[in-house]
Amino acid sequence: MTFLTYVISGISLGSVYAIIALGYTMVYGIAKMLNFAHGDVIMVGAYVCFFATSRFGLNPVIGVLLAMFVCTILGMVIERLAYKPLRQAPSLAVLITAIGISYFLQNAAQLLWTSNPKTYTSVVGNGALQLAGGQLPISYVTIVTIVACVAIMVGLTTFTSKTKMGKAMRACSEDKGAAQLMGINVNTTISVTFAIGSALAAIAGVLLCSAYPILTPTTGSMPGIKAFTAAVFGGIGSVPGAFLGGILLGIIEIFAKAYISTQLSDAIVFAVLIVVLLVKPTGLLGKPVSEKV
Amino acid sequence: MKKLFAMLLVVAMVLSLAACGSSNSASTTGGDTAATNNDASTTTPADSATTDSGAAIKLGGTGPLTGGAAIYGMAAKHGAEIAVDEINALGGIQFELKYEDDAHDAEKAVNAYNTLKDWGMQISLGSVTSTPAAATSAKNFEDRIFALTPSASSTAVIEGKDNVYQMCFTDPNQGSASAQYIFEQKLATKVAIIWKNDDVYSKGIHDTFISKAGELGLEVVSDTTFTSDSQTDFSVQLTEAQKDGADLVFLPIYYDAASLILTQASTKGYAPKFFGVDGMDGILTVEGFDASLAEGVMLLTPFSADATDDLTVNFVGKYNDAYGETPNQFAADAYDCIYAIYNACTAAGVTSAMSAEVTNDLMIAQFTSMTFDGLTGDGVTWDASGAVSKSPKGMIIENGAYVGMD
Repeated sequence: MTFLTYVISGISLGSVYAIIALGYTMVYGIAKMLNFAHGDVIMVGAYVCFFATSRFGLNPVIGVLLAMFVCTILGMVIERLAYKPLRQAPSLAVLITAIGISYFLQNAAQLLWTSNPKTYTSVVGNGALQLAGGQLPISYVTIVTIVACVAIMVGLTTFTSKTKMGKAMRACSEDKGAAQLMGINVNTTISVTFAIGSALAAIAGVLLCSAYPILTPTTGSMPGIKAFTAAVFGGIGSVPGAFLGGILLGIIEIFAKAYISTQLSDAIVFAVLIVVLLVKPTGLLGKPVSEKV
Repeated sequence: MKKLFAMLLVVAMVLSLAACGSSNSASTTGGDTAATNNDASTTTPADSATTDSGAAIKLGGTGPLTGGAAIYGMAAKHGAEIAVDEINALGGIQFELKYEDDAHDAEKAVNAYNTLKDWGMQISLGSVTSTPAAATSAKNFEDRIFALTPSASSTAVIEGKDNVYQMCFTDPNQGSASAQYIFEQKLATKVAIIWKNDDVYSKGIHDTFISKAGELGLEVVSDTTFTSDSQTDFSVQLTEAQKDGADLVFLPIYYDAASLILTQASTKGYAPKFFGVDGMDGILTVEGFDASLAEGVMLLTPFSADATDDLTVNFVGKYNDAYGETPNQFAADAYDCIYAIYNACTAAGVTSAMSAEVTNDLMIAQFTSMTFDGLTGDGVTWDASGAVSKSPKGMIIENGAYVGMD
């Protein structure tokens, strides 16, 4: 029974990593850049929803929509100001810029909202689904998070395979220059990618803080890095891979804590990641990369 | 492929920084951008706190005013400012206070300390948090500038330095006092500890608690940790404590993580007694926190914002008016620091014309002999090592407020 409890804890934690990883992997898959500011966009989304629901007493659904709206705008502004001028620059420069944006957002949040922690009121409610006569509680947040993950996965897959914009995105992902020659507006496409990625970040932020209800300006950074790890684990660029990677990472982390050592849990998680990448360098569900000659 | 490899290398570097830098990484980096333009902001309060800067004794301190630990640095700075304003309004000895940002980073703290030294700091308030304080207190000792830190509780801060004093308890003191208290009051037979592995404060208390508990025959059934990187999910730690039948969980940690532990324990339906130390103070002030979760939580703390004595009421009122929040123990410790320095300066006749070195010797003589009554304790004394002696008060949270247990 304890084992099952740990499995469920792992899935709860993993579902949060997964929903963050979806945004990471989507932006990487299309724009081919690691948006390290993703974790901090999550934090901004969580703050927006917090103020909407706790300070102004709005309905949680409106809070989430507002957070998505603000994050979408924020994501597009970041893209326009920080990443667009570097479109032709080496990817390392863009990566460093992303890290800079990440710190900028953290410090801006601290100036605006101070570093005092805030306790989040869950948008889902604090209850839990009781299985096995109350011995195996699964919190509603976890269920909602998993449902949201699946919905987002299906939505993203349909969007990229069925719509015109989705096709443009896949074209940009394969070859920006060629896409432009085919009459695709690369800048708009990448802007839209960031807009969607940031809206997903807002949802992830709200669910992250509903599951682990403490909100500070650095809330997004560590889960962001863990989620990035999850995305790499599952195969970065692959949407189902991000989900699988997130859930597995959560379970491994909880098992490492429970059965090996609470002190070494992170070391074990990253050791597993290294082993997976050694055996399968593109991650669990990653497409094999063919070397261009 | 090369690019991807380069990116992976960078990522690996970032991850390793994040993994081993622990609590420092967030706050250090958090300060990077803000630390540079901080001079302007730190001087403003000092100006307002000064009536006549020509004849004022210059007090300087460093603390994390930006970054993840900023809540502690800002609280200390605000508490000290209130005390300085009060003292300057009295018209006797005048103080000029300047706080510099150290972003909870030892290297930045030494730079901040040097800035203060160049400014002409006569008496130092050390650093607010332990890691930077260990670095700046060494400079204090070297430069013969007297320091009284409000809240850096690690023994490394005062060890071997005759002119560095603490206003807060040392960590070992808190650990053994907690074990003693739990044992004497028969609060529990089986104790679980959840502590923060990458924090000297938490580790210090944990280690002495364990050894004291062993001495007293208090059974510690579960001993689990977390780090600032895994400070979200406590299900494993709580399940272990519950499985081993602990009826009291000791939390030598700060209140942000503690509030998550309380929430998750309640979701699990696990309701042991929770016992905290001074870092637990502040849990009731977290915006949006459901105070009913903290019902029955016990803690040893030198300061309670809900106490009804005149000194506390006055301080809490002023703090609320000026900064719009309830002060925590960091603010109270800093407030007491200023008054302790004020008393010592008055008794020894320190003037702003004296050099830091002359002041230093006068202050040491005062601090080893004087008794101080303040917000955080009555009859407070210091021994020559710099450690404070004051009795922690046992508090329990009832109906959303602290109530004394004795």
